[in-house]
Amino acid sequence: MSAATEALAGADAHPRHPLGLYFKVWGLLFLLSALSYMVDVLQLQGVLRWTLIVTLMLAKAVLIVAVFMHLRWERLALICVVVIPPAALLVLAGLMVLESDYVFAARMLYFR
Amino acid sequence: MAGDSATTAGQATGAAANAARPGWRGLAADVAGDRQMFRVPWGKAMMWIFLLSDTFIFGTFLTGYMSVRIAATTQWPNPSEVFALTIAGHTLPLILIAIMTFVLITSSGTMALAVNYAYRRERGRCAALMMATAAFGALFVSMQAFEWSKLIAEGVRPWSNPMGSAQFGASFFMITGFHGMHVSAGVIYLLIVARRVLAGRYERTGNYDIVEIAGLYWHFVDLVWVFIFALFYLW
Repeated sequence: MSAATEALAGADAHPRHPLGLYFKVWGLLFLLSALSYMVDVLQLQGVLRWTLIVTLMLAKAVLIVAVFMHLRWERLALICVVVIPPAALLVLAGLMVLESDYVFAARMLYFR
Repeated sequence: MAGDSATTAGQATGAAANAARPGWRGLAADVAGDRQMFRVPWGKAMMWIFLLSDTFIFGTFLTGYMSVRIAATTQWPNPSEVFALTIAGHTLPLILIAIMTFVLITSSGTMALAVNYAYRRERGRCAALMMATAAFGALFVSMQAFEWSKLIAEGVRPWSNPMGSAQFGASFFMITGFHGMHVSAGVIYLLIVARRVLAGRYERTGNYDIVEIAGLYWHFVDLVWVFIFALFYLW
């Protein structure tokens, strides 16, 4: 490996982070999981429960993708390809909430 | 980068010119680029594209589950109670799932360390950490097998269950089954790569990208579990 490729590998493709970073993220993931478990143990209900569940879920997902999967240090072209298409799934999920609410209403009216 | 320098020798000058451009200018250069858009090792780009397709599979599974659950007119079983275990006289809600979550997060941590050691060229530690990751994965699958057996013994089937909505069984076996299959495949994948790392296969080329690529797959499995944990077990 030449000095040039070594420098390139170190700067761009293979970020060499201190181990402490991984331990911090690891600990944070443990904490967030413990908190989401507490949501169930404490039997929180309603909007509070959902806000906590979704917030903790997204926080964990961002930590895993950004740090463990190194996406933070990837090029913007790759970040866009990975992050933008799943947004289409949110549209699908939103549409399906409307659809299944309608199906539920129809079942309650005619098939119960 | 070192490994694919031979295969992409033709565009070495272009890559060198664009490699240092970050942000939006880098994006424009990549998309307008000559032949190669992703300036990462090809294996890594392919793994990301595979994981993107997997995201859509799990995304549609979870969306389908959400639809049948919202539209169900019968009582949905309470996961908190269904997955409770009685240990030493105490009934703990969702305890098995909580332990499984911590096992999988721990495996993600050991995998991240393995990738780090791969780039430090410490192949003994790298292989040991990958094997530890695989062991945690195997432990996770065993706990899932226990969970499945318990539910099957209680009469839960893909088409019915004694606790309420029939859709519960279908969603449960499909989603956790597909995830468990990914974990099992990952355990095999990690063991194969760890064995090759230990044997010094990547020492010869100096290219340890495969460890990071295997790591991407493993972290993705953990990532999917984050969503299943929140949307299936906590809902």
